[in-house]
Amino acid sequence: MTGAFRTPDGGRIDRTRPLAFSFDGRGYSGLRGDTLASALLANGVHLVGRSFKYHRPRGILSAGSEEPNALVTIDRGAGRITPNLRATQLELYDGMRARSQNRFPSLAWDLGAVSNTVAPLFPAGFYYKTFMWPRVFWRHVYEPAIRAAAGLGRAPVAADPDRYLHYYAHCDVLVIGAGPAGLAAALAASANGARVVLCDEQPELGGSLLAEAASSWLRETLDTLAQRAEVTLLPRTTAFGWFPDNLVGLAQRVTDHLAHPDPQLPRERLWHVRASRVVIAAGAVERPMVFAGNDRPGIMLADAARIYLRRYGVKVGTRAVIATTDDSAYAAGVALQQAGVAICAVADPRTEASDAARASGLPLLLGASAVATSGKLRVSRATLSNGEAIACDLLLMCGGWTPSVHLYSQSRARLRFDERLQAFLPGEWTAQVRSAGACNGTFGLEACLEEGYAAGDATGVRRHYAPPLSQPTAQPAVASGKAFVDFQNDVTARDLVIATQEGFRSIEHVKRYTTTGMATDQGKTSSMNTLAIVAGLTGRPVPSVGHTTFRMPYTPVTFGALAGAARGHLFEPVRRTPIHDWAVANGAVFENVGTWQRARWFTRNGEDAHRAVARECRAVRNAAGMFDATTLGKIEVTGPDAAEYLDRLYTGSFARLAPGRCRYGVLLTEAGFVMDDGVVARLAPDRFHVTTTTGGAASVLHHMEDYRQTEFPELRVWLTSVTEQWAVIAVQGPLARQVITPLITGIDIAAEAMPHMSVREGRVGEIPARVFRVSFTGELGYEINVPADYGLAVWHEVHAAGEPHGITPYGTEAMHVLRAEKGYIIVGQETDGTVIPTDLGLDWTIGRTKRDFVGKRSLARPDMIRADRRQLVGLVAPEVLEEGAQLVADATVLPPIAMLGHVTSAYWSETLRRPIALAMLSAGRARIGQTLYVPMPDRSIAVRVTEPVTYDPESSRLHA
Amino acid sequence: MRFSVYSLMRHALGGAAWPEQWRSPEPRAAYDVVIVGAGGHGLATAYYLARDHGVRNVAVLERGWLGGGNTGRNTTVIRSNYLWDESAMLYEHALKLWEGLAQELNYNVMYSPRGVMMLAHSVHDVQVFKRHVHANRLNGIDNEWLTPEQAKAFCPPLNTSSELRHPILGAALQRRAGVARHDAVAWGYARAASALGVDIIQNCEVTAICRVPSGAVAAVETTRGRIAARKVAAVAAGHTSVVMAMAGLCMPLESYPLQALVSEPVKPVLPCVVMSNSIHAYISQSDKGELVIGAATDAYVSYSQAGGLHIAEHTLEAICELFPTFRRLRMLRNWGGIVDVTPDRSPIIGLTPVPGLYVNCGWGTGGFKATPGSGHVFAATVARGEPHPIAAPFSLDRFRTGRLIDEAAAAAVAH
Amino acid sequence: MLLIACPWCGKRPENEFRYGGEAHIARPLDPASQDDAAWAEFLYLRSNPKGMHAERWRHIHGCGRFFNCVRDTVSDRISATYRPGETPPR
Repeated sequence: MTGAFRTPDGGRIDRTRPLAFSFDGRGYSGLRGDTLASALLANGVHLVGRSFKYHRPRGILSAGSEEPNALVTIDRGAGRITPNLRATQLELYDGMRARSQNRFPSLAWDLGAVSNTVAPLFPAGFYYKTFMWPRVFWRHVYEPAIRAAAGLGRAPVAADPDRYLHYYAHCDVLVIGAGPAGLAAALAASANGARVVLCDEQPELGGSLLAEAASSWLRETLDTLAQRAEVTLLPRTTAFGWFPDNLVGLAQRVTDHLAHPDPQLPRERLWHVRASRVVIAAGAVERPMVFAGNDRPGIMLADAARIYLRRYGVKVGTRAVIATTDDSAYAAGVALQQAGVAICAVADPRTEASDAARASGLPLLLGASAVATSGKLRVSRATLSNGEAIACDLLLMCGGWTPSVHLYSQSRARLRFDERLQAFLPGEWTAQVRSAGACNGTFGLEACLEEGYAAGDATGVRRHYAPPLSQPTAQPAVASGKAFVDFQNDVTARDLVIATQEGFRSIEHVKRYTTTGMATDQGKTSSMNTLAIVAGLTGRPVPSVGHTTFRMPYTPVTFGALAGAARGHLFEPVRRTPIHDWAVANGAVFENVGTWQRARWFTRNGEDAHRAVARECRAVRNAAGMFDATTLGKIEVTGPDAAEYLDRLYTGSFARLAPGRCRYGVLLTEAGFVMDDGVVARLAPDRFHVTTTTGGAASVLHHMEDYRQTEFPELRVWLTSVTEQWAVIAVQGPLARQVITPLITGIDIAAEAMPHMSVREGRVGEIPARVFRVSFTGELGYEINVPADYGLAVWHEVHAAGEPHGITPYGTEAMHVLRAEKGYIIVGQETDGTVIPTDLGLDWTIGRTKRDFVGKRSLARPDMIRADRRQLVGLVAPEVLEEGAQLVADATVLPPIAMLGHVTSAYWSETLRRPIALAMLSAGRARIGQTLYVPMPDRSIAVRVTEPVTYDPESSRLHA
Repeated sequence: MRFSVYSLMRHALGGAAWPEQWRSPEPRAAYDVVIVGAGGHGLATAYYLARDHGVRNVAVLERGWLGGGNTGRNTTVIRSNYLWDESAMLYEHALKLWEGLAQELNYNVMYSPRGVMMLAHSVHDVQVFKRHVHANRLNGIDNEWLTPEQAKAFCPPLNTSSELRHPILGAALQRRAGVARHDAVAWGYARAASALGVDIIQNCEVTAICRVPSGAVAAVETTRGRIAARKVAAVAAGHTSVVMAMAGLCMPLESYPLQALVSEPVKPVLPCVVMSNSIHAYISQSDKGELVIGAATDAYVSYSQAGGLHIAEHTLEAICELFPTFRRLRMLRNWGGIVDVTPDRSPIIGLTPVPGLYVNCGWGTGGFKATPGSGHVFAATVARGEPHPIAAPFSLDRFRTGRLIDEAAAAAVAH
Repeated sequence: MLLIACPWCGKRPENEFRYGGEAHIARPLDPASQDDAAWAEFLYLRSNPKGMHAERWRHIHGCGRFFNCVRDTVSDRISATYRPGETPPR
């Protein structure tokens, strides 16, 4: 048995395929083709949820994605628990486990429902008016209680193991919605071989046709479309947002409907579809009616009841009352009556019977409306405005239809208010976006098909169809009883009254103050009723009240689908040098620098970081170290005007730099702040090899291209990033020359032949190399550049050649210590984007005779010549200071304490056998010799200000 | 009428109508001060002008509905742990006002000092955040350093695995920092200012700023007629360039779309605010249960209040890495604001070259947190005709002298 | 994700490009002759219009070239792109 309320025949479910499922732990049976909602209804289960604020019992209102009430949690095991899903959209699968939400201890007995009995204390915005005293109670008493009561389902506690993918597609026509209008549009659009994508949020294409008698047109149309090679059909796919230049986001559910998904499949795909033309055929949403007690289980949208009957073979009740202002409810009533549901009365507030009403033969009460209901966990009685109280287990309502104009509105086209339909409608078709069918205010199968064809055809012309006459349904409610406008957020008509009384008249204010339209259905069933009531309350026509903005997404989109494959190591590509694997094998501990991973130090024999770094420093100072400097940015600057160009970019002068020589270069922003630094090496009169910091390479190239292309286009110069082309092995230390001499061919590397700050091209064995004599350690040093593919081989050769000399690989931490001993800055550590060359003692880098360079004019601004600017100094401290610690003159006062500067770098200097530090200090050069203080939370450290250079100030070792 | 649990009970029992929270008067012909823009900052300015300076003949003109700009579109993060003294003083001034704001305004703005935690993902981040922690402490502002284990304890869903592409190496935590209910801030100030006599005029767009021959402001033209004013104070956030152009001034501002999004509501799962500047995301959970998520701005200047899908995607990449248990939650709503950004990403508060014209703008992505402090110091500036001491460093003139207050530069990523 | 027509490569999605700020702000030929106010104007003042905006983009993940673009900052609709040195279309 698949439910006592299943009809004997009909519908699109597969009666041969029963499916077992559970709801709140209790087992039920449904059929293939059911949604969780239809399966529950077939089993006579109407109570499925509790409302957000008052915890009122709630049933299933709709049969689609507009559902505000029937939200459940689906449990597929650890990490696969998903809250807040709509039962009306969940395709049943064998073994589905569903749970109701927001209730304790059970759905039928919910303690939270006490709030319903004291509801008058909680009108709209009540929380703005109380919970203010005593002050600390908000954070510690009131807010925690409110937070615990709010929320719907529970977030999962384990990481989601499922995968999500992004797809990208381009098409001529994207059709959104596969009802009659959308299908017709897709047929017309694809007739001449155009590339068409047709998507629909439902598992089956067909839209409203799915609730009609089996139609050969639908079957044939789907067959035709499936056979056209350029057509892509995407069921279970929601177009959730429109973005500029006709980019539409689609969320495709791939495995959620499967009992045993293929683990190779992603759970969802997110499509980015760029379409020449978009046809929106998204349909319309039936409006509830606003009357007291309109929210009980068993109260349902009229057409939803018809859909449950026709599509799922489910009778949603036995004795029904219908309240409607729209003719479509008569069709629903007739259908239910034919299936054996007793239709006790149809209350229609219109005073004259429409053709549909008369033709229905249903017991008609004109000029009447529903005013109240009773029933505890399901409606048991409906009271009409004529005073009649009718026993029933089903109350169907229809307050007209609201076209789904969301995507059209997002396309930044204007909506117009249609008086006949009492709804906002799309305006004219544009070159990019057309609407067709119910979402365009066009109802009736024939008109929808016709309009769909026209919309799909590139040359189609829009005809205007008169929408059906509807009338404002929702009247400002009477004070007594709760007449719900927004079901999920428990916003009543009375709340709208309060809001407007309190001065919240803009529709956005009403929305925010009452939270109407802000629930997970985003106002699909409530927005027009809200507007109509607010219009009535404020004495304005609906169009002048306006509507709230239709934000994406149309229905909620999974975070994981939006994030796509970008997780773990795909989150952002990792850049590694050719020597990386060697470093891993030799105990390297890595750090992220920009997008690169760099070896920070190499641990040997279980030593800790401190010992490893100390050992590496000793090796460089006493013998030789080798360092993987591949990550440094490298740009080749070529052309007859290369030197002139560099003169304009860098602070220094390069015009007279001889080929074969290098110069330290500092790059400024136009505002004068230090942006980057590196070595500028002249390989030939028209060829320079320029290095940048590791993290700065891309932005430096962009900066250089900017000036080259847009400010100095007359210069004949070209830039090429060669960062990835060269592996760089730095060999540093007093024995560096001895280490590399046997390896290098074609270069005289004798001290006099190749002085400090020079560059030569030659070979390492057979491998072409650029050898720089440069140093970032203060020792004699070389940086051997070889093509990246040979990096590891050359590294091995250098290592082997150095072994007799005790060569030691070192990492970035030792590099930092060694350069700090020498007073060399690191951009980004000593500098922070507010530092100019003079602050760093780098005035010497500025070409005295240069008329201009990027940033020069800014250095003359008043603030740049202040005497109290922070300047680079060294500190002598009794311990290794904390980087980032502040410097003060008097640490004995209470905060706020005037800060003079901060520690930028601090290390144990193995060479000096004491802690060293660099700092940026206000008027620092004038304070050399002074004692200052570094206040720590528990004490204060006295430090002495020194020159930044603490090792080999004469630089004799560099020139060895 | 005072709001309290007693007034709620009286209305619950008696059923009497609540009074309007603010008056909606017709504009008068002239005011002492006309404030352009009824966002949080503009309304707070009006409130403090009336409360502290006796300037009650004030109109706040709003093109749309009050609080409809960035006040009602931001992710409500409030903190004061800024690096530079000037910023720290400004935001701490605001934070102190936040702490008593609900009681001051008799409006529950739901200031919730649940702690703001900023994640460090690299050695460079660690250096920068520790610099903040030390500087904040010496300025009397709470901010503390947490190890990854302490960060995990403070925020259990946080992924502190060392396997992360950008592992968490620690965090700076300001416990007094937190969030507040953004709309309530605008409404609370509007109600309090209106009660002191300030006219709040919505649906009133300023179309021109009129000046006397000497150059001083005399009036504004609006869609509801001409309104004379001794002083005009522009507090128009993303639209400041447009407003100032009416007075012939070009501003050091660019307006960018800033997106935010919320999830569907879930039961309490995230106890604090978490920010990651390195991988561009921040997140908190509202009292309603929605995860409130913000991101970086779109790349280009725009007034469209909508941005690209890739921005939201990039943000959620980061959120899903930091909180892998949130991956199945769903984006419910996404929206955009227009933020006006200065070259140093610090605000401009003060006088302009046009006599009688004042400006408060350039708050970029961080204006909400400053709302009470901004209004307070700007009111003093407008009332006295000279900058409040806290506002003084934030003058327009700093772009001429080069004395920038660049918080973002202090966190510059390079080496 | 805007669709931007690089004058050399044709239409490409926005993520191939890098935004370059307002266009037609020429660096003064002789910066030293500028007073502080004029220099600040060059560095920092931007028209930031609500409406048509001439701006620079670079096809950084394509041909690498800078070009100019006119875009409506209200609708984000691009009406023209053109090469540096060319005059903006009216």
